[in-house]
Amino acid sequence: MFEDPYQLVLGLVTGFVFGVLLQKGQVSKFQTIMGQLLLKDWTVLKIMVTAIAVGTIGVHVLVLGEQASLHIQAAALARVIFGGIMFGIGLAIFGLCPGTSVAACGEGRRDAIVGVIGMLLGAGTYVAAFSVLDPFMKSMPDYGKVTLPQFTGTTPWLWAIGVAVIMTIVLMMLERIHPQDLDAKR
Amino acid sequence: MGNPLSLKHWSPYLVGAGIGVLSWFSFATADKPIGITTAFEYTTALAESAAAPYLVQSYLAEQTKKGKEPKIDWEWMLVLGVFLGAYVSSKMSGDRMVQERVPPLWRWRFGDKPILRYGGAFAGGFIMMLGARIAQGCTSGHAISGALQLALASWIFAPIIFIVGIATAFLIYGKEGRAHV
Repeated sequence: MFEDPYQLVLGLVTGFVFGVLLQKGQVSKFQTIMGQLLLKDWTVLKIMVTAIAVGTIGVHVLVLGEQASLHIQAAALARVIFGGIMFGIGLAIFGLCPGTSVAACGEGRRDAIVGVIGMLLGAGTYVAAFSVLDPFMKSMPDYGKVTLPQFTGTTPWLWAIGVAVIMTIVLMMLERIHPQDLDAKR
Repeated sequence: MGNPLSLKHWSPYLVGAGIGVLSWFSFATADKPIGITTAFEYTTALAESAAAPYLVQSYLAEQTKKGKEPKIDWEWMLVLGVFLGAYVSSKMSGDRMVQERVPPLWRWRFGDKPILRYGGAFAGGFIMMLGARIAQGCTSGHAISGALQLALASWIFAPIIFIVGIATAFLIYGKEGRAHV
């Protein structure tokens, strides 16, 4: 029932830092998430794109140096597409995503607490209805646990550096169109 | 300069870079990607196994086949950590949201009855999490952790959630809603 204590402590520490970052980034707010989905406040995208650019370089150094391994999900199209559509609809109604809703609970938001109860029921439904969902989730091609470099038969370095560079360009354009002080007024 | 934790707001670039570096840390120390929703799945699987074992038979068979039995693990503690981290951060900056029952945009569209907002949050949370477990990830697990590992699944998932999320948001609030965020 429990993983070893060392892993549990590491998880708690990592989560604590993640929670501080989400709260200081103001993405634990309904208004910030909806500001992004209504294309007015670009805080969410700025954070995500920066995280991907920074993360991809370090994680590939670790993985290619055999200090860590990749942990990715299968590109099962029915799962990713229909799951993604449901996720997007739910996200816009709730106004918080799973990680940020837990952070919003930490801030004391009551609607976030109710939303998290809904999330638990959603997860419970997935578990209980697995045998019903399973054939449907296998109804489209599954490319397996494949990365973009593997899928295209190219080198991971090209992709890792390419993604970091493209993400940086995206950020510079974003900052030019939607400067940070516009978002920071909240 | 005072304690940075007492500030309400950090630059999104600083926060994003922090999450990027935190992902190095999680791979280097635990060899795991940051994610949230598997912990919700495991929690309910454990509860349902105890309360109504017949409900979870086919799910558990699949997880055993994959060698991923539900348990209280690294990611479960990570979710707890997110709650505590946000609690401490909001306490230290005085950015508590206990008073506000209904966010301004929602109030503009649906009025200030908390029960309506709670209903929306519940339904939205339910659909979102069911979708996350079908897709096997969320904004953290797919759109950040999966994307930075260059996973094909995640680079399909991330644009879908943004496009559908934007479309749904405009459907609910319209262009006029932009004046209230």
